[in-house]
Amino acid sequence: MNINLTLLMQAVAFAAFIWFTARFVWPPLMRAIESRRKEIADGLAAGEQGRQNLSSAEKRVADLMAEAKGRAAEIVAQGEKFRSETIDHAKVEAKAEADRIVAAAKSEIAQEVARARESLRDAVASLAVAGAEKILKREVDAKAHADLLREIQAQL
Amino acid sequence: MAAGTDLTPTSYIGHHLTFQARPLAGDGGFWTVHVDTLVMTLLLGALAFGFMWWITRKASAGVPSKTQAFVELAVEFVNNQVKGVYHGESRMVAPIALTTFVLVLFMNAMDFLPVDIMAWIYHNVFHQENWRGVPTADVNTTFALALSVFALMIFYSIRVKGLGGWIHELLCAPFGSNPLLWPANLLFNAVEYVSKPLSHSLRLFGNMYAGEIIFMLLGMWAATGLVGVFFGSFLHLGWAIFHILIVVLQAYIFMMLTVVYISMAHEHH
Repeated sequence: MNINLTLLMQAVAFAAFIWFTARFVWPPLMRAIESRRKEIADGLAAGEQGRQNLSSAEKRVADLMAEAKGRAAEIVAQGEKFRSETIDHAKVEAKAEADRIVAAAKSEIAQEVARARESLRDAVASLAVAGAEKILKREVDAKAHADLLREIQAQL
Repeated sequence: MAAGTDLTPTSYIGHHLTFQARPLAGDGGFWTVHVDTLVMTLLLGALAFGFMWWITRKASAGVPSKTQAFVELAVEFVNNQVKGVYHGESRMVAPIALTTFVLVLFMNAMDFLPVDIMAWIYHNVFHQENWRGVPTADVNTTFALALSVFALMIFYSIRVKGLGGWIHELLCAPFGSNPLLWPANLLFNAVEYVSKPLSHSLRLFGNMYAGEIIFMLLGMWAATGLVGVFFGSFLHLGWAIFHILIVVLQAYIFMMLTVVYISMAHEHH
């Protein structure tokens, strides 16, 4: 237990070590520790943010899916309706067209019949006239006997 | 081991407890330097702080290397302890605590080295006859540390409260500001101020000195014969393991008291 100059020298050494630590060791280490702590905190926050984003995105996806399903069903229903409408429409049109064609054909046939009857009547009249000429051996004056001829024609 | 003298228990212990004292002026007295204490302190300090400095040079904020993580562990440990005790504004307190802890820990840890093997190495490798390897077993070291802390205490007291405030506190706390109570207050504060560095330094010194003595006694026992070797080694091992606790604990206590004393200097009464 002899106190001597060693004490002062040790105190100086201690002061020097404190200075060295405070100057060269402490600040860079604390900087590294603090910035790493901040990085970790940021990373955790970003992870939390990402998780939240994911869940909200999932929610949005579910919403979109539901909406899309609704829209698709709507479109399908519309298509169905449009198809049946189209078919009905086409049926009605086709019926009308068929009726029209049938009517046209009928009227044409009727005309043809009338025309044929007319020509036949003419032919019969002229035949009758020719027959009568032969029977009478003389020419029938068409003008003089027009009334008679018309009468015969009408009877045919 | 002292060449030329008979090896008696007294000479053995005395040899191990003799400092490498060099008088700087006249016949010594106060002007003596314990070269062993000083050199060991400087070597250990250079080793510890050089190592930490070397780590900080490569320190990165990214994934730390294992050594960096280890140093950061110590730094964070000290920083947390300081944050728990010290609530002042000075940013020097944590580095002071770190320095104290690391330095005391390294100086205490010299106690792990077996006394006789180290004595042989000092003698045969470095040709030093009396060389004590544990600086904290020198009362000069512990007083140097404790008185430095004492100076810091007074420095912070004056810085926080002002010189007038500090003197006012010396005279008026804890009993009151009546002038009749001034002597009692001053006496009370003087006792407190003297007891702090005294207990601070002697606690560390006593622990390390006693640890060394017990190692020497066990080593001496081993010199008495086969039974002594057996029990001496066995108990030496036990004491060495227990000493791991003491070394770290004393360094921790020394650091904590440093922080506590400095933070007490910040308190207003």
